[in-house]
Amino acid sequence: MKYLDEYRDGKLAARIVDEICRVQTKPWVIMEVCGGQTHSIVKHGLDHLLPQGIELVHGPGCPVCVTPLEMIDKAHAIARRPNVIFCSFGDMLRVPGSDGDLFTIKSQGGDVRIVYSPLDCLKIARANPDKQVVFFAIGFETTAPANAMLAHAAKQQGVKNVSILVSHVLVPPAIAAILSSPDNRVQAFLGPGHVCAVMGYSEYEPLSRQFRVPIVITGFEPLDLLQGILMALQQLESGRAEVENQYSRVLGRDGNRPAQDLVLSVFEVGDRNWRGIGTIPASGYHLRAEYAEHDAEHLFDVGQIATRESEICISGEILKGNKKPHDCPAFGKQCDPQHPLGATMVSAEGACAAYYTYGRHLEQADKLTSINFAGAA
Amino acid sequence: MKQTASEQAKESSVPQATTVRSPLFGSCPLPIFEHKQIVLGHGSGGKLTADLIDKVFLPAFANPVLNKLDDQAVVHVNGVRLAFTTDSFVVTPIFFPGGDIGKLAVNGTVNDLAMSGARPLYLAAAFILEEGLLSEELQRVVESMRDAAQQAGVQLVTGDTKVVNRGKGDKVFITTTGVGVIDGSIEISASQALVGDKIIVSGYVGDHGMAIMSQRENLEFEGAIESDCAPLNSLVNAMLEVSGPDSECPVHVLRDPTRGGVATTLNEIAARSNVGMLLSESAIPVRESVQGACELLGLDPLYVANEGKLVAVVAPGAADAVLARMRDHELGRDASIIGEVVTEHAGMVRMKTLIGGTRILDVMFGEQLPRIC
Repeated sequence: MKYLDEYRDGKLAARIVDEICRVQTKPWVIMEVCGGQTHSIVKHGLDHLLPQGIELVHGPGCPVCVTPLEMIDKAHAIARRPNVIFCSFGDMLRVPGSDGDLFTIKSQGGDVRIVYSPLDCLKIARANPDKQVVFFAIGFETTAPANAMLAHAAKQQGVKNVSILVSHVLVPPAIAAILSSPDNRVQAFLGPGHVCAVMGYSEYEPLSRQFRVPIVITGFEPLDLLQGILMALQQLESGRAEVENQYSRVLGRDGNRPAQDLVLSVFEVGDRNWRGIGTIPASGYHLRAEYAEHDAEHLFDVGQIATRESEICISGEILKGNKKPHDCPAFGKQCDPQHPLGATMVSAEGACAAYYTYGRHLEQADKLTSINFAGAA
Repeated sequence: MKQTASEQAKESSVPQATTVRSPLFGSCPLPIFEHKQIVLGHGSGGKLTADLIDKVFLPAFANPVLNKLDDQAVVHVNGVRLAFTTDSFVVTPIFFPGGDIGKLAVNGTVNDLAMSGARPLYLAAAFILEEGLLSEELQRVVESMRDAAQQAGVQLVTGDTKVVNRGKGDKVFITTTGVGVIDGSIEISASQALVGDKIIVSGYVGDHGMAIMSQRENLEFEGAIESDCAPLNSLVNAMLEVSGPDSECPVHVLRDPTRGGVATTLNEIAARSNVGMLLSESAIPVRESVQGACELLGLDPLYVANEGKLVAVVAPGAADAVLARMRDHELGRDASIIGEVVTEHAGMVRMKTLIGGTRILDVMFGEQLPRIC
């Protein structure tokens, strides 16, 4: 398939892997920031192709994973209300709160709908004037423009019965938090391609300088990722620490300015709580005061929600790159996608779920060593 | 619009689920995810469906025929081997590119019979109609069933009709039940895969599921993706005409990969036969349009439903002959050998990826959900 097969070519992959083997002289730890990148790495078995000294650790860039439990509980409390049509992206439906998931609420009579674009909520709202249509606006900078557009269009077109429940987080503060952590192991980053398509990558330059860390903005196809790893490795081996752009076919340094303007006209930056990590200052978006009438948190007083996470789950350590799914005693045993204990198992993009979906729990039980194809050392 | 707690309590008409605590964790506040209600995933053909069968149906009905959990029961009546099966159809929308609920209901049951090597003979059909359904729509569905039955060479010999109040159904639900006869010494079952056997798929995978998905009301992409809905009994007949070197039937397993797709079906076969499977991603036929739609939505075509495809596990010596016979048939023109049965990793399906890595294809655990980004 055009624009896809080119980036999944086994021969080219083997060549890049050969080059990685040639350049590498010592062990390195590289973090891929995005859940989509983790997904692709495990789906295509890329980690099996790399030489042993290159360790990929999976980052915090899965929007579903880092949405705090209290926000999920808030969403569920709203979705349970009569006269509410609760709209969400698909993979949020299976995420358990303290008390069931959106599928359960749907089975109990709640009106829960999957939408593919936040703007679909406007149509639903017009068709159901007696209902309040609530959109669960989660995600990183990638989904922010479309979510901002919903609030903007609802206000401009006077569609009163649309509101959004915002749980938006930002990548650069998370990278800074990981690098500031005393037990940080990450030596280079594969930066978030989709996020930078919106935001550009200039805001990663001070991070790279301050922490002396290579950041390579990277795409999501297998060859993108292998090339991103090679570029990061070349920086590490030569002692450079810069921001480089592997994903230049999609984005430039400045990103998408009109999208950024829209986002900042609707949202303002504030503190956010990250599931598994904790509160990071200035790490997310909140609706601006002038959008209060479309702010679900303002419209629905769902009260204080107290939650407690599993004591056994190590998702926080996994999100920070300190541990891998296999290090968790519950992985594939008490914890699986049907019975997720924590952040990284709840979404398909979470590291634990990606490992599970592509059978890594079986691999562990199976005691099979990795099968290395191509030029892996 | 702010409300007081008591107003909220009054408004909250939806019952709250009870938190079930895991005995393993003592104070762990997260619920074990045992559903108190039936959720859509219980009908997905994945792990939730298997859970329901294991925990609810098997304990109640267990017997040696049912316990095999094949898509059809094979029973002996006066020396004749009968294949017997039933299936319900609730698809929305009832008309979709490449078919409709009626065609699906006939072919689905014909195919379940054919996968045991049986000659499908007779069908029964039960209709649950929702008050308000247009007579013209019912007429179209019935005519489509008539044509499908004719094409498959089966007769619809008995049936039933019920009407439910508006809102209690979704236009029309159809249940079809079928019987067929298994001739001679044909022994085809999911437990018969042998190490060394080749795995064949009869054509492009994922067409039906993506055709339906493209029609769903809130997904506004229009594509040329058509359902592959078709009766597979004549293709199976052609395959069974090939005899192996030892004159035994070289076709060991047949399955139609409907809900849960090819990956889930192969996992079932691997588990039942206690063998491993190794696939090659580059050999699996996927249409560009289906691949494209799946990429957009974050779905995997190997887990998407098919309604006119089969997966066969065939003795290695006869695999090329069976493949050639399939390719001569209209419904097997794009058939491909996608992998083989191996001794290693019994019960597990592995795949060499295009890029040269390897991954395990596990059973789908619920509905496939579109990812956020």
